[in-house]
Amino acid sequence: MSLTLEQVRRVAHLARIEISDVEAGHTLDRLNEIFSLIEEMQAVDTQGIEPMAHAQDLAQRLREDCPLESGRLAMRDVFQAIAPETEAGLYLVPKVIE
Amino acid sequence: MIERSLHELARALASKEISSVELTQLYLDRIASHDPQLNAYISVDPERSLAQARQADARLAKGEGGPLTGIPIAQKDIFCAKDWLTSCGSKMLSNFISPYDATVIRRFAEAGAVLLGKTNMDEFAMGSSNETSFYGPVRNPWRLDCVPGGSSGGSAAAVAARLCPAATGTDTGGSIRQPAALCNLTGLKPTYGVVSRWGMIAFASSLDQAGPLARSATDCAALLNAMAGFDERDSTSLDRPGEDYARDIAAPAGAKPLAGLRIGLPKEFFGEGCRPEVMRLIDAAIAGYRELGATTVAVDLPNMKLSVAAYYVIASAEASSNLARFDGVRYGYRAPEYRDLNEMYGRSRAQGFGAEVKRRILVGTYVLSHGYYDAYYLQAQRIRRLIAGDFAEAFRHCDVILGPTSPTTAFRLGEKASDPVQMYLSDIYTIAVNLAGLPGMSIPCGFADGLPVGLQLIGDYFTEARLLNVAHRYQHANPWHRQAPTGFV
Repeated sequence: MSLTLEQVRRVAHLARIEISDVEAGHTLDRLNEIFSLIEEMQAVDTQGIEPMAHAQDLAQRLREDCPLESGRLAMRDVFQAIAPETEAGLYLVPKVIE
Repeated sequence: MIERSLHELARALASKEISSVELTQLYLDRIASHDPQLNAYISVDPERSLAQARQADARLAKGEGGPLTGIPIAQKDIFCAKDWLTSCGSKMLSNFISPYDATVIRRFAEAGAVLLGKTNMDEFAMGSSNETSFYGPVRNPWRLDCVPGGSSGGSAAAVAARLCPAATGTDTGGSIRQPAALCNLTGLKPTYGVVSRWGMIAFASSLDQAGPLARSATDCAALLNAMAGFDERDSTSLDRPGEDYARDIAAPAGAKPLAGLRIGLPKEFFGEGCRPEVMRLIDAAIAGYRELGATTVAVDLPNMKLSVAAYYVIASAEASSNLARFDGVRYGYRAPEYRDLNEMYGRSRAQGFGAEVKRRILVGTYVLSHGYYDAYYLQAQRIRRLIAGDFAEAFRHCDVILGPTSPTTAFRLGEKASDPVQMYLSDIYTIAVNLAGLPGMSIPCGFADGLPVGLQLIGDYFTEARLLNVAHRYQHANPWHRQAPTGFV
């Protein structure tokens, strides 16, 4: 299997990574090398084998949906102090809705 | 002082032979004079470390010290530490001052250990040579034009050059064991779920596990005792009774301390692909184990050859999901110029991530995308079960599995940097252990052309105490781990 330049551009868009045409060409070569390594997996017959997601086959532990931390408003200031841009307790991004 | 074990340091601190402030200052001075050659540390903050040392001294003065109280420990820069830069080796987090402590950091602080500094690493732990770090490559103290291994390369170089008594690492596909092998250290990746991942920046959540990087198995046991334990905040943390990982090491032993131990030798570890000078030393180590009373048995891991392929699907898929959070909105790097939200995301991520991280995000996004999920991701997870099954079968016939950690000794800087596939194959012997979630160690077993060689020991789930003892008995009889690189004393 071989990827196309168009597929690389599409995956980069899905991953929200801006990519120039020159980079896309270079990336295509590297990805094809990686996929040629991955391909050897395809020949293996795994019919009837249950996929393994977790080493101990445990289900996710659940807990009450309530905050564990106290002083949440103070924590918000602490967390927003390291944000690129905030205002009145909100994270600012470029306008999304006109 | 710099050759003492953690246990000996604890005794020196308890008997007032040295204070924690003095010990911390000694290492800060060593970092200042030797680290410019190595680049093992990303952040050092003498004021902060010495303040912690003063607290430790107060605790020691009251006779309330534990095994790690007052001992400076270097932390891989993947662990969030409150008020410390926590970069994960990435430009993306090069402005991230963590507002909180990871559970591992908290546990060390509660034990009274001093945070000596944050160590260099491959960007987001993606690499086997420490060359993908935004902060530049780390050099191997044994030969400065060689890599220390990765991704915990800074921790390994720092311990090897005696720029800290011990350090932490994380291991997703070999990132503790391979640098331990390349730098003559003892490293342990515990059973998945034994050490909390909370506050440890995620790469591949179903594989990532933190562990100690130190000079001896005894030191690793002391560190694991502090690191391990159930954590409500990590949904994959295992709720098991606490244990003393040094208990087997402490047990009395005779002339044949490993009598009765069955060592499994998988033929897949002893085929072509491993350099002969490495294999010679592994064979010598097997002879060493027989002298200690162990017996060997041939075992089979028929699906191990598929582990690299399955790993690069699973790890990349999980990375693409985990790293989606770095969007330039709440923390981390934001591109200076953009016209709209999508451009802000796209440019922040294009500029904030390095080439290897972007490659893995793209591989992961592709294998998870519509139409490919079954063929890649589910197929890889099925192969993962086959690999885990191989180990389960092997452990019916043996107690530990032994083989090389890495097929080569430390390679030259730049040698594999432009060839991702060659770099991935550097982890060919370590990756299967992460897929199965088993504990694995690397211990020093000699030198080839002046460069260290590592012996890998793999145990069944939750057998860390035995694994550490199997490592310790070998080290006691074959003290390769006591060799130190010249130029750093």
